Amino acid sequence: MSAAGRSQGSAAANAASVRAVAKRLMPLLLVVAIALSPIVLLAAEAVPTDKDPVASARAVAIADKLRCLVCQNQTILESNAELAQDLRTQIKQQIAAGKSDKEIIDYMVARYGDFVLYQPPVKTTTILLWAGPALLVGIGFLVLARTVRLRRTQPEEPALTAEEHERVERLLRGDGAKDAS
Amino acid sequence: MAKKLLIPLVVFVALVGFLFAGLFRDPREVPSPLIGKPAPAFTLAQLHDPAKTLGPTDLKGQVWLLNVWASWCVSCRDEHPLLVELGRAKIVPIVGLNYKDEPAAGLKWLAQNGDPYSVSVVDRDGRVGIDWGVYGVPETFIVDKAGAIRYKQIGPITVEALQTKILPLVRELQKS
Amino acid sequence: MIPELGQFSLILALLLAALLGILPLAGAQRRVGAWMALARPLAAGQFVFIAFAFGCLTASFVANDFSVLNVATNSNSQLPLHYRIAATWGSHEGSMLLWLLMLGSWTAAVAARSRHLPDEMVARVLGVMGLVAFGFLLFVLLTSNPFERLFPPAADGRDLNPLLQDPGMVFHPPLLYMGYVGFSVAFAFAIAALIGGRLDATWARWSRPWTTLAWSFLSCGIMLGSGWAYYVLGWGGWWFWDPVENASFMPWLVGTALIHSLAVTEKRGTFKAWTVLLAICAFSLSLLGTFLVRSGVLTSVHAFATDPRRGVFILAFLALVIGGSLVLFALRAPKVGGGGRFDTISRETMLLANNVLLIAAAGSVLLGTLYPLFLDALDLGKISVGPPYFDTVFVPLMTPLVFLMGVGPLARWKRSPLPELWQQLRWALAVSVVTALVLPFIAGTWKPRVSFGLLLAFWIVASTVVNLLERGRGVRGGVLVQLTRQPRSYWGMIVAHLGIAVFIVGVTMVKGYEIERDVRMAVGDTITVNGFTLRFDGTTDVRGPNYRAMRGSFDVSRNGAPFTTLHPEKRLYNAGGQSMTDAAIRKMLTGDLYVSLGEPVEGDAWSVRVYHKPFVTWIWAGFLLMAIGGLLALSDRRYRVASRRDEAVLPGGATAGN
Repeated sequence: MSAAGRSQGSAAANAASVRAVAKRLMPLLLVVAIALSPIVLLAAEAVPTDKDPVASARAVAIADKLRCLVCQNQTILESNAELAQDLRTQIKQQIAAGKSDKEIIDYMVARYGDFVLYQPPVKTTTILLWAGPALLVGIGFLVLARTVRLRRTQPEEPALTAEEHERVERLLRGDGAKDAS
Repeated sequence: MAKKLLIPLVVFVALVGFLFAGLFRDPREVPSPLIGKPAPAFTLAQLHDPAKTLGPTDLKGQVWLLNVWASWCVSCRDEHPLLVELGRAKIVPIVGLNYKDEPAAGLKWLAQNGDPYSVSVVDRDGRVGIDWGVYGVPETFIVDKAGAIRYKQIGPITVEALQTKILPLVRELQKS
Repeated sequence: MIPELGQFSLILALLLAALLGILPLAGAQRRVGAWMALARPLAAGQFVFIAFAFGCLTASFVANDFSVLNVATNSNSQLPLHYRIAATWGSHEGSMLLWLLMLGSWTAAVAARSRHLPDEMVARVLGVMGLVAFGFLLFVLLTSNPFERLFPPAADGRDLNPLLQDPGMVFHPPLLYMGYVGFSVAFAFAIAALIGGRLDATWARWSRPWTTLAWSFLSCGIMLGSGWAYYVLGWGGWWFWDPVENASFMPWLVGTALIHSLAVTEKRGTFKAWTVLLAICAFSLSLLGTFLVRSGVLTSVHAFATDPRRGVFILAFLALVIGGSLVLFALRAPKVGGGGRFDTISRETMLLANNVLLIAAAGSVLLGTLYPLFLDALDLGKISVGPPYFDTVFVPLMTPLVFLMGVGPLARWKRSPLPELWQQLRWALAVSVVTALVLPFIAGTWKPRVSFGLLLAFWIVASTVVNLLERGRGVRGGVLVQLTRQPRSYWGMIVAHLGIAVFIVGVTMVKGYEIERDVRMAVGDTITVNGFTLRFDGTTDVRGPNYRAMRGSFDVSRNGAPFTTLHPEKRLYNAGGQSMTDAAIRKMLTGDLYVSLGEPVEGDAWSVRVYHKPFVTWIWAGFLLMAIGGLLALSDRRYRVASRRDEAVLPGGATAGN
């Protein structure tokens, strides 16, 4: 027990000296804390980049409609290419200058052609594209209707003869000797 | 044999025709909608003499080429010898558009690789490039005497493009 | 030495393929038994030599043999072993060899598992597959030889594209090709039937399991591709309607129509001409996909390096194979066609409508993918077609299809009275409508699109439950007992259809409620997304086996309590100097929290993308369920002929099933 008693005693002595040191350090710590506090304030809420949907919804909406010509499978909004960044800046400047959405998109199309539109325009040349799916379904259902009408009036298929039936059974069994079904 | 059974075959043959045609086209190439339209106006500072400016209006009445280049552009090196030769032959004035580049770097690059341009202008932020529908470097435009764009070369100028498309068109435009 | 052996092996395979393509087919026409009997051994031999060649290429990659051009271009000494193996198919040449390996495997499998088929059928099927193999072997040997040497050998390779250094690369292409190429079996069966002039229900029974297996593999392959893109590309997208993705989706759509059409032909002996045409179309679309990806005709992130010469070869091959098949179809379809009668409202009609919609969908995808090419070839201008088009067009086509999915399984063959259907389904309809209207409120905000999507999904679930209950209504035993008696093909259908419902839920919830934030974060900055607060704790430098990376650390807490830490990386690969983002994803049942590092920006900060993607895993879970459903269906006892002897005859009859 003497070892425990000794450690208890030294523990008490340690605690006392720690408190004494702390008393002297506290003012210094306070000063340091106050000096460093601006850093804590600097760690802030993250700032949106110009691609963030939360920022400027209009700029985002327009950029999302235009195709990046460098990374051609992305929109100007998604792409990190320099041209995409330039065009995003261009869009923001034009919004600030009071242009309408249509004017901005027309501006881009005038310079880069229809290719820059992420959604293909509806023109005479693209009518087949837009109407195509409906046409396909329409033709499909016409064929369907004709087939159904044909089948509805068709006479019933003659039943298999006994010989044919036996042949089917043999084929299904795979030439096995056993009678299965 | 019912005719309608041939429909799949007919559709398929048409499809093959288109696919064959597609083999010889470049799907990535974006043709310019400005062909036949007046060249977009600009007034930019010259590379060698920033106090002076240049624009398409200064070049009205003659046929000229606008070549978009930059010191950071790797493919520009491929076409530059051809341009230098073209410049030396003095067939048509070539104006350089130094695109999104540091003027100092541009000057150094020209000193190292040769300067075929009668004048080079500086487009620091790429704004003029956007107006001309530039989406990659290098690109070259042919502008006629009336100031309309007549042709756009996407990518480096090749010997083939020069001989089959650019020079014949330039000569034709110069005659009119 | 090994590459030369591989090349020689391919030449031998070519010879065997030629023999396989000629002799058995001639033998079947002229009834020469000896020639027909050659089909199986030739198929086995062809497979052995193709597999050996493939093994040689893989061995070259594993051994870092940089005197082989393909290895030098696509691999690197620092590349880990499993990626060196995967790099075998990382290039155009290598992936063609993988194609051939799959084709050889399927051909050998058909040869092995066709004891119950008549000899002419086997001869014709294997013969057709041999012809296809011949074409591809010729293509590889003439234009895309993977064994080309490089002299002097490179000191080290150019490395496999970092985007491909991923488990996805190990599994996605093989599974995808198993699917693509697997449709060649259905194609071969169809051609064999046309040549033979006879097509009946037994033909459908033979053809069906092979087709379903290929379809299941393709479903897995597509699912893996989508999942892989999701975590490797860094912006959380999972489907882009990219031409190469469409190239795999079109055969899938037509394949789905085909397996349904085969079901009708097997059960009722109708739709025969349609089924044959669909089989030809499915494989044609696989071939077309192969063409589109390698010819340079379309722009795609997936496309291999292009070469017009290769494009011309594949196109000529395509024209020959498909054109020939369609001519054969036009000539012989009347001979094989015909079928039973059925009413306007019947299961036949609904399946036919189902097929019309699927084919229209595949046609629309083809139209959208190729339209820019059409216009450009006709000098009518240049447009681009992307997700806005496909999304707009696809959903209206799928809606009636989903509706039919609920009604079709309940409808009777030949004649299905409407009042009966209405009686069975009215509660299902009511339940789905109510649930679809109410659930979005629980999820957050009510959005019409979400409600609509959920309606489709719940309709499938509700009508499936009705189906189960109807099925379970038996003579003896309860519902559950009766259900356990149902054949596996029935359960396959149930699981696959439920898979679609799961898929729809995933897509609806992600599109309706996903949150995306693209922000600039310095050390210590926080951002809150959907109740999760993320604090950026800076980056550390780490070293991978063949790359160096900046590893970001994000401390995630939820409502104040610590939740997890996420470590997205920005990697720089040693060999090629290419960079890649590795996103950090925390998967939860109700969604994913997804963080990826963008670019470093000034001020020691980074542009960071944070996403919350609700229910996104359900998208792939749905596809997986579909694949499982397919596997269940094809393991149905009626396809396992050999084991019929061991089965007792069941009361109620095995064929009384769906």
